[in-house]
Amino acid sequence: MLEIRELHKSYPIGGSSLHVLKGINLSVKDGEMVAIMGSSGSGKSTLLNIIGMLDEADSGEYILDDLPIKDLTEKKAAVYRNKFLGFIFQSFNLINYKTALENVALPLYYQGVNRKERQQQAMFHLGKVGLTDWAKHLPKELSGGQNQRVAIARALAANPKLLLADEPTGALDTKTSYEIMEFIQQLNDEGKTILMVTHEEDIANMCKRIVRLRDGVIMEDKKVTQVRAEHYV
Amino acid sequence: MIKFLLEKDTWQEVFDSLSKNKLRSILTMVGVWWGILLLISLLGSSRGIENNFNRMFENYATNSLFLSGGNTSMPFKGYQEGRKIKLNLDDAKKIKENVEGVEYVLPSHQLQITLSRKSLSASFIGKGEFPFNDVLAKKDLLWGRYINQTDIDEHKKVIVISEDVYKQLFEKDENPIGKIVYGENLGFTVIGVYKVVNFGGPQIDVDIPFTTSQQIFGRGNTIDWMTITGYENFDINQIDADVKLLLKNIHSIHPDDNRGLFGFNLGDRFDQITGFLTGMQFLTWFVGIATLIAGVFAIGGILLISVKERTKEIGVRRALGATPFLIKRQIIIESIAISLIAGFLGIISGGLILMLVNKTLGIGEDAFMRNPSVSIAIVFFALLIVITLGTLIGLIPAFKATSVKPIDALREE
Ligand SMILES: Nc1ncnc2c1ncn2[C@@H]1O[C@H](COP(=O)(O)OP(=O)(O)OP(=O)(O)O)[C@@H](O)[C@H]1O
Ligand SMILES: [Mg+2]
Repeated sequence: MLEIRELHKSYPIGGSSLHVLKGINLSVKDGEMVAIMGSSGSGKSTLLNIIGMLDEADSGEYILDDLPIKDLTEKKAAVYRNKFLGFIFQSFNLINYKTALENVALPLYYQGVNRKERQQQAMFHLGKVGLTDWAKHLPKELSGGQNQRVAIARALAANPKLLLADEPTGALDTKTSYEIMEFIQQLNDEGKTILMVTHEEDIANMCKRIVRLRDGVIMEDKKVTQVRAEHYV
Repeated sequence: MIKFLLEKDTWQEVFDSLSKNKLRSILTMVGVWWGILLLISLLGSSRGIENNFNRMFENYATNSLFLSGGNTSMPFKGYQEGRKIKLNLDDAKKIKENVEGVEYVLPSHQLQITLSRKSLSASFIGKGEFPFNDVLAKKDLLWGRYINQTDIDEHKKVIVISEDVYKQLFEKDENPIGKIVYGENLGFTVIGVYKVVNFGGPQIDVDIPFTTSQQIFGRGNTIDWMTITGYENFDINQIDADVKLLLKNIHSIHPDDNRGLFGFNLGDRFDQITGFLTGMQFLTWFVGIATLIAGVFAIGGILLISVKERTKEIGVRRALGATPFLIKRQIIIESIAISLIAGFLGIISGGLILMLVNKTLGIGEDAFMRNPSVSIAIVFFALLIVITLGTLIGLIPAFKATSVKPIDALREE
């Protein structure tokens, strides 16, 4: 699914520069569910954003689904993001003046799907996260957990191959976190490849593989036995 | 592109974005609306004032001049200075015959006359006139008629009075036509009432037939004023100079003596007023455009406040697959839609204000302005400015949010 070799990234700070990623090598296959861990500031989000084409690496190779991702025009990047990737953010990033349904339908709008079709598909995905009854509500009328479920439905709407989640449970309490993880595990069961950044060991253990970052390199990369979230809910 | 403009989705997005960010939309619209409203009502009002002047002018032959004898200020050909110059009917004839470009020479007497009626009486300045005066300086008659040839031929004791005289001697709404007023121990029959328009010189409140004043006041051949008009293609200033030269010659006035003859040239006055009107128009445009620009800058300010919020939203949209082109197109359409709506509201309310102004200030004889209005071209021009500026300013967040990496747009809090 994706292949990363000798990836480097630094940020300029004042006169000097901060070397955040110092040669990352990572390979993820279809259907994997990977947790990226590491202390704060270790570069987890940076890595995820590069994978998501929201940011660019300084050097190194990145191949997504046999496509080398290099020097993309913003237009191409937008099309790839739209086709291949679904994003789930810690702070949900829903558009506050759009209803749950409209938010979920937005990626489909950019795919050029017609209105009626969009509404139907969006409704279907909202149903999958159990929010059919909340379709007409604005984000501010929903709880954090509900908002994150809307965000998941939105990430799914465009039927992406790869789901990227940056601390999807970071803003939620334990119980709600497990509910969200249950959805994400279901998606993985259905064949979606998932990459998620997390701080919490219990969340990481609900994935199938844990990658640990430290000082800009991968310090540990191991398969784990997945803990099913439904046991905790 | 056309297809895109016809799609319901496009407008749904615009409508959502505008209606769900109400404060931003309303503030933006208020800025544009106010600018357009001000421009239209100012331009319309100044047009109304101009129309009013034009209406006053249209009754006057603009290439005319007025002349009377003065007192000499230089000794000449054996005459002492301080001599009083009296013009006469022969002068009028000679001017007509000798000065090139002169179309008419109209002599008149100036009179001081005390009019009384019942227990009321007051003193006025009047003129002994020919009917033709009504052609050169058309009287705005509120009642009756002006002096005619029969009045002249038969030396009739008829009188045309100004609105002021009427107000002083008559009851409100009383019909003065055919009533008698007394002056110089004689009874004059009122034949008309006019409205005074004065461009210089003493205000004339009473007109009687020239021949009548000649007789009553024993004027013989002498006259006080001459109204001289030139043919259309002759320069009134040249005629002015030629006439004065001729009269100075006839009356033995020193060529450099500017006091011997007194006169003013209506052409000059019109130029002054036209200049004033042009100045007013210019000022209006200046104020209007400045207001529009201020309005658009206000919009800019409001949009900038929402840029951060917008930038983040745009980051989210980009993460979901919106290309920079789609984003910019959306924002431009939004800007145009909002400017257009506000612009139309501005035009409509500006028009309403002009109607109101017309109702309150533009009605009646004393109206300060007439038919205040703006041309379609001006309206379109104003709309164009607003749309252009509105679009450019709408592009600020669009360019800001699409020129950075999506992650930086997403990071805005
Ligand atoms: N745009 C930026 N400009 C400058 N420095 C940055 C930028 N983004 C991140 N950094 C720095 O790079 C380092 C890695 O940031 P990153 O967000 O990847 O960390 P993280 O592992 O996700 O941390 P956390 O667990 O706190 O989210 C941090 O030291 C951060 O300050
Ligand atoms: Mg992070």
